Amino acid sequence: LRAINVDLQTDAALQVDISDALSERDKVKFTVHTKSSLPNFKQNEFSVVRQHEEFIWLHDSFVENEDYAGYIIPPAPPRPDFDASREKLQKLGEGEGSMTKEEFTKMKQELEAEYLAIFKKTVAMHEVFLCRVAAHPILRKDLNFHVFLEYNQDLSVRGKNKKEKLEDFFKNMVKSADGVIVSGVKDVDDFFEHERTFLVEYHNRVKDASAKSDKMTRSHKNVADDYNRIGSSLYALGTQDSTDICKFFLKVSELFDKTRKIEARVSADEDLKLSDLLKYYLRESQAAKDLLYRRSRSLVDYENANKALDKARAKNKDVLQAETTQQICCQKFEKISESAKQELIDFKTRRVAAFRKNLVELAELELKHAKGNLQLLQSCLAVLNGDT
Amino acid sequence: MEIADRVSFLYIFFCFFEMKECCNNSYILTHGNWFSHNYLTFFFFKQSSPSSPEPASLPAEDLSTNSNGPKPAEIMLDGDREDLFAEATEEVSLDSPERDPILSPEPTPAVTPVTPTALIAPRMESKSVTAPVIFDRSREEIEEEANGDMFDIEINVSDPEKVGDGMNAYMAYRVTTKTSLSIFHKNEFSVKRRFSDFLGLHSKLATKYMHIGYIVPPAPEKSIVGMTKVKVGKEDSSSTEFVEKRRAALERYLQRTVKHPTLLQDPDLRQFLESSELPRAVNTQALSGAGILRMVNKAADAVNKMTIKMNESDAWFEEKQQQFENLDQQLRKLHSSVEALVCHRKELSANTAAFAKSAAMLGNSEDHTALSRALSQLAEVEEKIDQLHQEQAFADFYVFSELLGDYIRLIAAVKGVFDHRMKCWQKWQDAQVTLQKKREAEAKLQLANKPDKLQQAKDEIKEKERVKDFKTVIIEYLESLVQTQQQLIKYWEAFLPEAKAIA
Repeated sequence: LRAINVDLQTDAALQVDISDALSERDKVKFTVHTKSSLPNFKQNEFSVVRQHEEFIWLHDSFVENEDYAGYIIPPAPPRPDFDASREKLQKLGEGEGSMTKEEFTKMKQELEAEYLAIFKKTVAMHEVFLCRVAAHPILRKDLNFHVFLEYNQDLSVRGKNKKEKLEDFFKNMVKSADGVIVSGVKDVDDFFEHERTFLVEYHNRVKDASAKSDKMTRSHKNVADDYNRIGSSLYALGTQDSTDICKFFLKVSELFDKTRKIEARVSADEDLKLSDLLKYYLRESQAAKDLLYRRSRSLVDYENANKALDKARAKNKDVLQAETTQQICCQKFEKISESAKQELIDFKTRRVAAFRKNLVELAELELKHAKGNLQLLQSCLAVLNGDT
Repeated sequence: MEIADRVSFLYIFFCFFEMKECCNNSYILTHGNWFSHNYLTFFFFKQSSPSSPEPASLPAEDLSTNSNGPKPAEIMLDGDREDLFAEATEEVSLDSPERDPILSPEPTPAVTPVTPTALIAPRMESKSVTAPVIFDRSREEIEEEANGDMFDIEINVSDPEKVGDGMNAYMAYRVTTKTSLSIFHKNEFSVKRRFSDFLGLHSKLATKYMHIGYIVPPAPEKSIVGMTKVKVGKEDSSSTEFVEKRRAALERYLQRTVKHPTLLQDPDLRQFLESSELPRAVNTQALSGAGILRMVNKAADAVNKMTIKMNESDAWFEEKQQQFENLDQQLRKLHSSVEALVCHRKELSANTAAFAKSAAMLGNSEDHTALSRALSQLAEVEEKIDQLHQEQAFADFYVFSELLGDYIRLIAAVKGVFDHRMKCWQKWQDAQVTLQKKREAEAKLQLANKPDKLQQAKDEIKEKERVKDFKTVIIEYLESLVQTQQQLIKYWEAFLPEAKAIA
């Protein structure tokens, strides 16, 4: 079940998916399944069990690899977060005494469904990450990636401890400061200049849209929850005695129950098709920005090397050294620029395709649910009107 | 002589109980009030301006005008016979004024101007004894007539207008009545009323009818905060909402009141609807002396309730009371859930609007034209949906939640009736205790009267209308939901081809 389709070419050379996942107390264990005809692997088909930290390790190894500076590194999947859901389940357990049996079972079912949905989502996001790597012509050849896929023992990748996390934090700060400096440098190439402005703006707006979309789906879910409570209250009213009005209440309560299910589906689908899409592109656009940053950085280095070379030539000291440095920088810069261009074009294509697919699916699902809802309401009304 | 002695003794004995009622009824004493009542009011409220005592003949006349085809001769006859008992009965059964529905054609004066006349008392007594009978008959007749007219009376409350300035400002509402009933002078008329007028009307009706077992529709609640905001002149949406809420509630209140055949006949109600000038009901001010007195009374009532243990002899009532307790609880829960729904839906609409704007921005910055267009379309769709949600929220609110609120208040009124009944019972018991062996005849008479009252209450509780009301409202609400879904379908159907067109 792929939440986000990034329009990947499935070719027989390397196919990766997550065939199974297990949720334990604190962690989720993913079963990564690979099918490959590449000679690098010992077998054609195999599976290993991986945890979230190992995914992060893989991602970070890409980021830190200089060779991949010119590529958009697929964004790392977010950490599986069941805390909120677990809290709710706990609260429900505590409040068991204060509500009727029906209410309790209903709410329990709901929370379990929520838990399941979050679970499915996190599986999908990890899978997308792997698929993106597998589809990338260069990254798929990465050694670490192969180890990740094949090595059936524990990778012994521990999560970063406090010190390392602190280091990361500082690194990020330096990077963003540097990014500001570097972005002040005007680019000679129009394409990149345009891309840079576009990406910065786009990234901010996607961030905004993603946050608002999140809020929207959550409100929708709240409305569905309210329907649930109204349904139970009506049910309680209806079971008081068996007069006409009570039968009426029972029917309306049934209606609310069904409507609620539909509304919950609507909110879940919106979440999946819209919010998740936006969130993913938030991360991808960040990765694209990172690429541009690296390129700018190398451009700055290149220009500095040029200046150093000129200085050295002027002083006639260490000219050879300066020349080699300059050459390296130049090569690096050109390499990055070339691949970056292609990457960014790909990014756009991917993005458009993904949006199209998701928006179409969103519209279709909304229609389906609205029609279902309508039918439900109309049939209920017919029954109620027929009674009176 | 004996009688007079007993009269005075019993009268003092019961004056404690009377006190509470009197406080409430202080400003509403009508023609034909009893000696005891007047006496107390004379003590506690010096406002009573002694005017000419109503001629005893007047009450009889009043009855005759209202009950189509009265039998005044009958009254006299009965009176003479039961004179002896009648008097005693009056003293023993408290709240006798409440027992008698005051059917004078003239509206009740705001201040009590009655002087005690022992002479009048016996005559009135006789009338009171037979009054319920005649009254019942006349009520049936009225009902028939009303049914024949299909309750042809339509009331609208509209045009809230702010009158005055600062803390003395108030909102005036226009009350328009369209009717073809004969009791009104015109077919269509409208007057300006303010909120305290409505409350005044309610208190008058409540005091007159509540004690004999009718359920008077509850008036909307006072809200000092809300009104202060309006007075101060805050032109924000919450104060307009508040005014709108109040207007709708007042309209519903009036509509429910006129649906009641008995209340429809009430002169006070008529005056309220017809006359252009209404004496200010001063005692409805929240912080007035009477208001505080009312609060004290309410507290006393509550304490009373706790100390009285009534052995319910009538199983029907016990059951009904239990049912009402349950019903009340359930309704409250439902009401709070619906309010939560309204709140969340408003949130949803706000969030959808925010998202729409954000999506529009995103569409702007997207450089792929088709996608950009599609995103802007999405933004538009979401905006329309947001409007839809807002409307739905209003529907949720006005239709559903307010109705529930009304019913909860109605149940409180019913409880009030129950409480009164309990008090009556209690007094009845006390009366029985004191008058046991010697007053068998009177006791029998009392007993005869009590069942009448109880029957009244029973009939009121079996309001079928309440049920119908609820049904129609819920059906309306569901229909609004249907419409929303249909609109949603339209919007998404329009959006789909755009999304598909993204190259």
